[in-house]
Amino acid sequence: MTSEALIEVRSLDIEFTTPDGLVRAGTGLDLDIHAGEFVGIVGESGSGKSQLLLALLGLNAKNGRLRGSIRYRGTELVGAGKNELGRIRGDRISMIFQDPMTALNPHLRIGRQLTEGLQRHRKTTAAAARARAVEMLRAVHLTEPERRLDQYPHELSGGMRQRVMIAMALICEPELILADEPTTALDVTVQAQILELLQELRQRFGTAVVMVTHDLGVVAQIADRVAVMYGGRIVERGDVDDIFYRSRHPYTEGLRRAIPRLGEDRAARLATIPGNPPNLAQLPRGCPFAPRCAYHMPRCDAEMPTLETVAGTHRKACFYDGPLADAPEVLA
Amino acid sequence: MSNALLSVRDLRVQFDLGRDGWFGARRVLHAVGGVSFELARGETLGIVGESGCGKSSLARAILRLTPASGGQISFQGEDLLRLDAEAMRQRRRALQPIFQDPLASLNPRMTVGEIIGEPLRAFFSSTMPRDERRQRVLAMMQRVGLLPNQINRYAHEFSGGQAQRIGIARALVLEPELVVCDEPVSALDVSIKSQIINLLQDLQEEMGLSLLFVAHDLAAVRHISHRVMVLYLGRVMELADRDALYRAPQHPYTRALIAAIPDPDPRRARAHPAKPLGGEPPSPVTPPSGCVFRTRCPHARARCTEEVPALRSVGGSQVACHFAEELTAD
Amino acid sequence: MENQDESKPLDAMRKLHAHSAVARAAATTGEAVEQVVQSTVEGRSLWQEAWRRLRRNRAAMVSLFVFAAIVLFAVLMPLLSPWDYYTPQWTALNLPPGLASGHWLGTDGLGRDLLVRVAWGCRISLMVGVVASLVSLVIGVLWGTVAGYAGGLIDTVMMRIVDILYSVPFIPFVIVLLVVFGRELILIFVAIGAVSWLDIARIVRGQTLALKHREFIDAARASGVRTPGILFRHLIPNLLGIVVIYVTLTIPTLILFEAFLSFLGLGVQPPMTSLGALVSDGASDLQAYPYLLIVPSLFLAAIIYSMNYIGDGLRDALDPKDR
Repeated sequence: MTSEALIEVRSLDIEFTTPDGLVRAGTGLDLDIHAGEFVGIVGESGSGKSQLLLALLGLNAKNGRLRGSIRYRGTELVGAGKNELGRIRGDRISMIFQDPMTALNPHLRIGRQLTEGLQRHRKTTAAAARARAVEMLRAVHLTEPERRLDQYPHELSGGMRQRVMIAMALICEPELILADEPTTALDVTVQAQILELLQELRQRFGTAVVMVTHDLGVVAQIADRVAVMYGGRIVERGDVDDIFYRSRHPYTEGLRRAIPRLGEDRAARLATIPGNPPNLAQLPRGCPFAPRCAYHMPRCDAEMPTLETVAGTHRKACFYDGPLADAPEVLA
Repeated sequence: MSNALLSVRDLRVQFDLGRDGWFGARRVLHAVGGVSFELARGETLGIVGESGCGKSSLARAILRLTPASGGQISFQGEDLLRLDAEAMRQRRRALQPIFQDPLASLNPRMTVGEIIGEPLRAFFSSTMPRDERRQRVLAMMQRVGLLPNQINRYAHEFSGGQAQRIGIARALVLEPELVVCDEPVSALDVSIKSQIINLLQDLQEEMGLSLLFVAHDLAAVRHISHRVMVLYLGRVMELADRDALYRAPQHPYTRALIAAIPDPDPRRARAHPAKPLGGEPPSPVTPPSGCVFRTRCPHARARCTEEVPALRSVGGSQVACHFAEELTAD
Repeated sequence: MENQDESKPLDAMRKLHAHSAVARAAATTGEAVEQVVQSTVEGRSLWQEAWRRLRRNRAAMVSLFVFAAIVLFAVLMPLLSPWDYYTPQWTALNLPPGLASGHWLGTDGLGRDLLVRVAWGCRISLMVGVVASLVSLVIGVLWGTVAGYAGGLIDTVMMRIVDILYSVPFIPFVIVLLVVFGRELILIFVAIGAVSWLDIARIVRGQTLALKHREFIDAARASGVRTPGILFRHLIPNLLGIVVIYVTLTIPTLILFEAFLSFLGLGVQPPMTSLGALVSDGASDLQAYPYLLIVPSLFLAAIIYSMNYIGDGLRDALDPKDR
């Protein structure tokens, strides 16, 4: 592991004031991202995972408020001015969104959108920017890159648009790419292509990637380290083997077992986690997972467990200390 | 074959996209290009394919929510495509849908009780006392895991998984024979998906339902299906028993689909990195000649360009590939 | 008809249900379930949520209060006052406002009490606004939903009719109507209603086209709901939000329109009056008796302002996403 962290998130709270009350999308978040590593943030809808990603670039909606600290190479980003964030956004840290169709401007040609960031941050000539754009489209394996520059987003397929998004994110050679469910809107065969591409580009350019996803399978393919989020909190984090083979949090374990596996019997029931995900506007006082947890104790309703060390960099936020593996399978 | 509940023959669904300019050629999107299959009572058929493969059009055509442009849909021995509107309406009692987006498929201005009671109201408005309707709705709510005291709540007050339970209750309150599920779990969270699949499976056994279960990946239908049909660009690529399909996929596309499912085991994933299928699905407006899969198939040869492969039996499965035997031998 | 058709299969269904899982569950759990239902949680409908949001909007709530006060005034004032709106009082011509004479807002050139006449003017103007809006609402919503839901040729024909009616020049149309049939109050409603439903029909058709492909409409169709049921139970309730907003914003336009007709002398006929007619009369004696213009103008302005704020508030309350 690299010694110096690229990004250090410390006790970050993300809150939104809405007509339905205070929505706490993130509570006491702690996370380090090191140069060149691939971090997967896993969680279900409403776990706050996307808001954490947006917070790293100060892109949360206007009614949102950040408390705590996000440091990028020592520079504090919480409360930083527009200019400061603007210098970092798109240049040092860039972002890939879930739906490339809505993230791309439908009225601008691909070439214009690709070179915009480059011209703003690097002040290159139009010709040099165009040459660089062609180079990037080639790097993401888009066929006929010269022709693509003059096309509009709607002329490309979903997978091709996501490749363009990735090229846009890479064009300023950032140190970190934030990817918000980049493959969720894609077909499985195309998803596999995009994951392979991300892996390849990371090795080639040495870029760190933080990827938010609800799919543990995707994380297993590609991540070095994993953070599992639930109800606006990080409930477990560690390297990918910690999470998949030595998980110590009941939610992670439940999530892992709920993935349908090929080659299981039809007669067997699927493992499930009973109940429904919490509402971020009405979080319980204690652990947000407690109402659905098979290892629930009275203490869990009263207070929130903090992230504590299991071993090495493996952390979990759970009072229960016993083994999870031989516990009875939770059925609905 | 006489005991088939549903028998679909050469079903076609086309969408007219209008002309290319004023005098250009008419552009027709062939969403479903001649699909045939049968479904027995109590059986579940999984229908799998990527976006644009025609799986949703197929499901909607069977429900007669999208007009079919050719073929037959024989349900309980009657061709649904020949029925007039009122006769079709009567058949709907035995033929119910479950939709992909649980919230979008519930009327936002109605209470849960009204939503689930709507099919009863449609068929028994004057013959079933209000009280009995309410009892049926309550019983159905309990059956799908909703609390009776939620009967006066509105759909927007529920989470995705709960909303899908409401959709299931509405589909089953008439005790249909066949339920067409169009991606019923695709929009749900991982921890909720398996709840809903288990629920559907239980209800199927209890009520003797037949299910058509449409999904975009093989992992989702694996658990619930007896047989699985793989579609690509509106055509059937492979139709096989579930176990045969997953253990010994015959069609190159089926193999690619299975290989593309991310393995939730990091060590295995590192040892055998997935080999993704190249390219992307061609446009259904201008499908390739011959085998529609040939533009992405790693084994394509000259014959694939010239001749459309027929669906034929290979080792107990139905496969549409000229070289299925050779490829399995490898 | 429907009964006879369904009776036979229904008997069969009943027998089937007697053995079915659901019916059994209903029979055995019926009582227990009924007990739980006593404590049923009342859901909050979208209308209730909208009302909750509206209550937080100060401008809209003040407007609602002002509007309610004007309506009360218009209804009660003529009943409580010793004067009526039509009998001339030759001993009390053009009295200035004041408490001494008993005519708090003074009298007009014929000695009629201005307060009562303004109340009547509010009655007529509000009636024109509300009745004409309701008429146009019913016609417009039905026309728009049928055209939008049916689609195809029916849609084309129905909307072409709307286009043709749109192109009829309105003022000459009203003048011809009033000249031919005489100056009846009811004709003013007809004339205004005949034109204002066109807008609603267009808006509703657009909304119907958007709604008709939503999954819950498909779900209703697949559940066996007949077309009238889909229109009245599924489509129209979901259109009403937009329509209510539109109507609250239309009422002031219609009131102004009536005022305009009255100003031209085409509106209500003396001795009956409306706010528009009062303003018109008052304008002729502006220098000598300014209160005859100012008072009805203030009422007219208050009605229109409050309706506009209520409409804006409703739009924010019903479409919170659009803000």
